[in-house]
Amino acid sequence: MWIPGIGFKKQAILKVGRLAIFLPLPFVYREKVSMSSLWNFLFILPALLLFLVFGVYPFYKVFQLSLMEWEGLKGLPMTFVGFRNFWEIFTSDKMWWISMLHAGWITFLALTLQNGVALILALMCARDIRGGHVYRVIFYIPPVLSGIVIGLVWSLIYSYPDGVLNTILVKLGLESWTRPWLGDPKTALNAVAFVHMWKGFGWGFVILLAGLQNIPQQIYEAAKVDGANAWQRFIYITVPMMIPVFVLVAILTILGTMQIYDIIAATTNGGPTGHTEVPVTQILSWMGRRRFGYAAAEGVVFGIILLLSARVLFMVSRKLRQD
Amino acid sequence: MKRGFVRGVVLMCLFPLLAFFVSGCSRVSSSQTAPQDEVVTMWHWLSDKEDLLESLAEQFTKETGIKVKVDVFGPTETYKQKVIASAQTNVLPDIFGVLGDKKDFANFIKVGYVKDLTPYFEQNDGEWLHRFYPDAIKTVSFSKDNEYGIKPGIYGVPLDMVTIQFVYNKDILKQAGLDPEKPPQTMEEFLKAVKTIKEKVGVDGLVTGFGELWLVECMASNFAWNIMGEEKMIATYRGEVKYTDPDWVRVFEVFDKMRKAGVFIPGIVIKSNKEAERDFARGKTAFAFNGSWCVNVYKHMNSNLHFGTMLPPKISDANPVGVWGGAGTFFVVNGKSPRAEKAIEFLKWLTEKDQQVRFVRDANSLPAVKGCEEFLAPEVRGFLKAMNFMYHPRNFPVQEDPLVVDTFCRGIQGIIVGEKTPKDVAEEVQRVKDKQLKKRARR
Amino acid sequence: MTWTSLYYRAQRFLDYTFTYFVLTFVAILCLYPLWWMFITGLKTDETAFIGLGAIPPHPHWENFYIAWTKGHFGMYFFNSVFYTVVVVFFVVLFSSLAAYAFARLEFPYRRFFYTLLIASMMIPVPGAFIALYVLIDKLGLINTRLGYILPLINAGLPFGIFLLKTFFDKLPRDLEDAARIDGCSRLGIWWHVALPLARPALAVVIIFNTLNVWNEYLLAMLILQDKAKMPLMRGLMVFRGPHSADYALLMAATTITVIPVILVYILMQRHIIKGVTEGALTGI
Repeated sequence: MWIPGIGFKKQAILKVGRLAIFLPLPFVYREKVSMSSLWNFLFILPALLLFLVFGVYPFYKVFQLSLMEWEGLKGLPMTFVGFRNFWEIFTSDKMWWISMLHAGWITFLALTLQNGVALILALMCARDIRGGHVYRVIFYIPPVLSGIVIGLVWSLIYSYPDGVLNTILVKLGLESWTRPWLGDPKTALNAVAFVHMWKGFGWGFVILLAGLQNIPQQIYEAAKVDGANAWQRFIYITVPMMIPVFVLVAILTILGTMQIYDIIAATTNGGPTGHTEVPVTQILSWMGRRRFGYAAAEGVVFGIILLLSARVLFMVSRKLRQD
Repeated sequence: MKRGFVRGVVLMCLFPLLAFFVSGCSRVSSSQTAPQDEVVTMWHWLSDKEDLLESLAEQFTKETGIKVKVDVFGPTETYKQKVIASAQTNVLPDIFGVLGDKKDFANFIKVGYVKDLTPYFEQNDGEWLHRFYPDAIKTVSFSKDNEYGIKPGIYGVPLDMVTIQFVYNKDILKQAGLDPEKPPQTMEEFLKAVKTIKEKVGVDGLVTGFGELWLVECMASNFAWNIMGEEKMIATYRGEVKYTDPDWVRVFEVFDKMRKAGVFIPGIVIKSNKEAERDFARGKTAFAFNGSWCVNVYKHMNSNLHFGTMLPPKISDANPVGVWGGAGTFFVVNGKSPRAEKAIEFLKWLTEKDQQVRFVRDANSLPAVKGCEEFLAPEVRGFLKAMNFMYHPRNFPVQEDPLVVDTFCRGIQGIIVGEKTPKDVAEEVQRVKDKQLKKRARR
Repeated sequence: MTWTSLYYRAQRFLDYTFTYFVLTFVAILCLYPLWWMFITGLKTDETAFIGLGAIPPHPHWENFYIAWTKGHFGMYFFNSVFYTVVVVFFVVLFSSLAAYAFARLEFPYRRFFYTLLIASMMIPVPGAFIALYVLIDKLGLINTRLGYILPLINAGLPFGIFLLKTFFDKLPRDLEDAARIDGCSRLGIWWHVALPLARPALAVVIIFNTLNVWNEYLLAMLILQDKAKMPLMRGLMVFRGPHSADYALLMAATTITVIPVILVYILMQRHIIKGVTEGALTGI
């Protein structure tokens, strides 16, 4: 495919770049090809075909776009700018990194608080109490609700002066605490983070509960006989056995939280004064300003950071499992 | 035995897929054959007017024999994405709307997706043109020497108008002992009225959707229009006047003054306009700043609400006060469409008085064509009156850079929450402006 | 009765009371928005945001009927069921086939492809919609059901493969060997041995994808044009205009759309607990 508006040399660079995706193949591939292994290949063929068509092409396009300046309409000039978009992200786009920090903070809260609460609830539910499965169903309801509903309900709960939260505070005699929770720069980010955690803890809960149920009961019995109290049992049995689960939940939490968008769009839309701005809202607003190339570059940077953090977590988990 | 089973499974998987492909392909080819060509397609985003537009299209078909298919895609953001995506592959319909600012509009014209309608407007001594209020036409036309290099002319058909004004709750003013028929006119009067209302009635002053940046821009632009006038605003956009100019600092200071006087309802900077409308309709504030569509919204939310419209409070006598206004909803005709003539005929018919009245009355919006006044609700007429004060920066020959506008509006939000001073904001905006000017010069 | 036993009893009682208290508190927190949505659906637009959650004195049950007819849910409902069933079926089929191969079979570039598929789960591409649209147009699939279904299947694959592969990794090999001795082919083992044992993991994949497909909206708006092909979420649009919204009807309509997903979840939840345990835990 020929890209209009850029010189031959750059065209050639792009062509070569396109082929670069196949470079790692000889290094990865060490197995012998036999007829039977080709038949086996058929098993992954449908998935692979779909992925090659619908997954790889848009990725590739976004990468390509990130090297361009383009206002988003076919027929308008698409100028090759090299890595200038990336240069701009790393040198002068303060808001982008602030938005990364915001998402990072929410992720940190989600990793500690959300998963902590999920773990406590899972520990409670794992005790085989009556009605346990009813709670299990209920805790999973928030992920089912749409962004519109969640946004509406929570902005009502937080609203000032007569939202549920502020009403309760007044009744408790904490009048000085009342405020427009989402509209106050000091509390907005945490208020949004809370809604996100509320929506997301169900997944963590289900996985952690399952992990707890997977620990053989005999180990606990043996520890009891040895005179270990509840706290010791938790620290010396539950935690070590649960490490792979923690890592799994952590990865899912990071991937889910860094890409937070719908809740923000439905409550604060990045406000007040950018205090709840996150990477996805940034990318979208650059598209709104018709800088599609720059938005794509931000997408690429974001993707790479996520990929790296997931990679690190995978490595940590491998290390922990070896110990 | 086993072989048969395996083959069965494979067939089971492949067959539906094949069937899909075949049906998918046949559908595409059928949509490109001749009889379909006769149907004029229109895409709109007015999801609450789906039924109305469909019935209008049916009526048109009955009267003229031209078939019109109306599809709706909402909400607005989604519609925008759909139009941009479709523009990449030449599947845009015969009639669609371009959402966004003037530059977006210009871009669509540049790539040939918007037909120049000037000759059609001027036909028969400009019969079509003269139906409209001039301000409605301004929004959809490009003037001589516009900065985008678009051939001057009219490129869209307005279906309604929008003006953005202050509204006030008559009952609250009455309770505070103020004359509900004489709302405040100057900023001093306004601040005093807010103070009285706070003391006597105990409700907040003003609510509006300042979480949406364009409303911030709109109010600030009104103040600037009043303080420095059109010429200086345009000169600023050109880069000849700085945002650190005393007049601009004064604009920022107005917001600071309003904040200090406790005019804004707490949390105003994240309110969407829909939330703000709820607050005003439920009597939480005495004033609101809203577009003319609000009449319908308020009536829906609280049928007992008595409200009036007023011009923005005057700050300076140097220039008249101004109100943003222009075409609200407008449609364009696809420049690549083979059915353009028929599409234009439909739009012409839609802007006849009878159809305008139906379109406008359904949502209590402002008509784009003249002579519909008698059919309007009194509150709507209040918005119509503001037409004499109407202007819109989108009609200026120069447009401000979107990033500067963004910084400008966020700066004002910062003033409202007390994070920034007017001077800070002025300097910050100017810094971004300088950067963007340099960038533009480099190109 | 000794003091010690009384002490233990009291402690136990307090312990359980506390547990139930916390669980119930969180449960209320989770249920409140659902309840609010339902209650608001019974109000009028004027009263929609007044009151915090009591049943209104004059509940407008007809709202649900109006929402159903005004939103043309009858037509969209069938479409959504169709899309959900087809997408979930193919996601389960393709991802279980691929996952089984990744776990058990030898073929060229195995690890490379696996890494590629899993990595695609991590890279988000907001704004890739233009590229996707151009692609679907090139395939001639704009405004076809297939053009909507294929990207959705693709979106569900990485998670499905990831989960199922780790599950298949754990399957006892002797069962497969026994099946092979009985004359089962590779596909036969997949069908007769692997899939039945993986039923809990399949449940997770099913509920996850059902939720995704059922709530999908943007892609439908982008790719489809005819009303007759639109999914259920299209029906909600009628109640939200650019400037106005009828919140009572919107909430009634949203309640209607949520019910099927909750039903599917209740049916699947037992499997989900098991599925996640055996699938994901050993994975990483």
